[in-house]
Amino acid sequence: MFQELINLFVRSIFIENMIFAYFLGMCSYLAVSKTVKTAVGLGIAVTFVLVITLPVNWLLENYVLQPGALGKWLGAGFEDVDLSFLSFIMFIAVIASMVQLIEMIVEKFAPALYSALGIFLPLIAVNCSILGGSLFMQERAFGTIAEAAVYGLGSGIGWFLAIVAIAAIREKIRYSNVPAPLRGLGITFIITGLMGIAFMSFMGIKL
Amino acid sequence: MSTEVKQKEALFSKKNRKLISDPFNDNNPITVQVLGICSALAITVKLEPAIVMSLSVMFVLAAGNVIISLIRNLIPNRIRIIVQLVVVASLVILVDQFLKAYAYDVSKQLSVFVGLIITNCIIMGRFEAFALGNGPCKAFMDGIGNSIGYGVILIAVAFFRELLGSGTLLGFPVIPQSWYINADTGTGFYANNGFFLFPPMALIVVGLIIWAQRAKNTKLIEEN
Repeated sequence: MFQELINLFVRSIFIENMIFAYFLGMCSYLAVSKTVKTAVGLGIAVTFVLVITLPVNWLLENYVLQPGALGKWLGAGFEDVDLSFLSFIMFIAVIASMVQLIEMIVEKFAPALYSALGIFLPLIAVNCSILGGSLFMQERAFGTIAEAAVYGLGSGIGWFLAIVAIAAIREKIRYSNVPAPLRGLGITFIITGLMGIAFMSFMGIKL
Repeated sequence: MSTEVKQKEALFSKKNRKLISDPFNDNNPITVQVLGICSALAITVKLEPAIVMSLSVMFVLAAGNVIISLIRNLIPNRIRIIVQLVVVASLVILVDQFLKAYAYDVSKQLSVFVGLIITNCIIMGRFEAFALGNGPCKAFMDGIGNSIGYGVILIAVAFFRELLGSGTLLGFPVIPQSWYINADTGTGFYANNGFFLFPPMALIVVGLIIWAQRAKNTKLIEEN
């Protein structure tokens, strides 16, 4: 059991990295990676939101949305209720309210980080890696809530590492002579592609 | 009725045409606004899912833009993100159920990425930037224009990846069979570049498209 959780953790950081293997959360990854400092802040916020929303959505999935899930605690009359078509809307509602909550917490306790993140804090709500995490959780049908939490933590840390790495590279690349049309966005795409190729070396590893 | 006629007259005015044509190049959602990258990269291994994805995004974006623009004066500012997400999520559920019913194979290939249309930044981005401040007719134009700009890049990337990666287009083989290296007879000179099927190549192809676009359109070049 414990070993399985560690496997899942390592796998979700490196082998199934949200950015380099699935390209989720690319928009804020490209937009906020100009300096390492803001990248670290956003990375922590995304990890936090993933760790909280995945277990909550796991509970929703298993006790409300799945076919027959309502029957587990509302009695036999609800056994053939299938609410799975509602999962998108439920997941996104949980994510949006969690993001709103985190926005308030950050504003109160870390005002400097709040102003550094600016518009990208509310935009975590539409960061694909968060909804993507919930949908992958649904697709893989995790058995326990611990698995969902560990998967959230792992993919959050994977996202954090990716955005900090690209921010560091972008800080250095300012001193290089990049062809003018490729400057900024273009070279960032290509570097991300090369980093993705490097991460592919983890692909054959079976845990 | 009279208002409808008036809107129709304005439909093809120069300004409205610009709303549709701008996102092709100067204001392309992917290569300039950096919106909607996630889904753009993951489903471009083959042309068919890329086309289905573009059409789905076109429906969601055009319809969502019109709905948001119609209710824009009723939404309180503080909860607008949740309202927008609910509108998008309902439209995406429609698309998802439709694909499951009429194009099951494609819907399996797209897997979670249909759901991820909800968090496609193009949609939220256009709601925030355009639909909240403009009338429904203009918002519809903007939705169509931006989703075409998105679709063009998506289909271009998918075209190269499918052609070079598997030697087919829309599933039909286009590279002549006699070109392939055949170990038995020792003939042929060509092999598919399997690397194009891996996700990182999508990023590199988009990077090269950006390079080509900015080399032509020099006003888009960024400072370092």
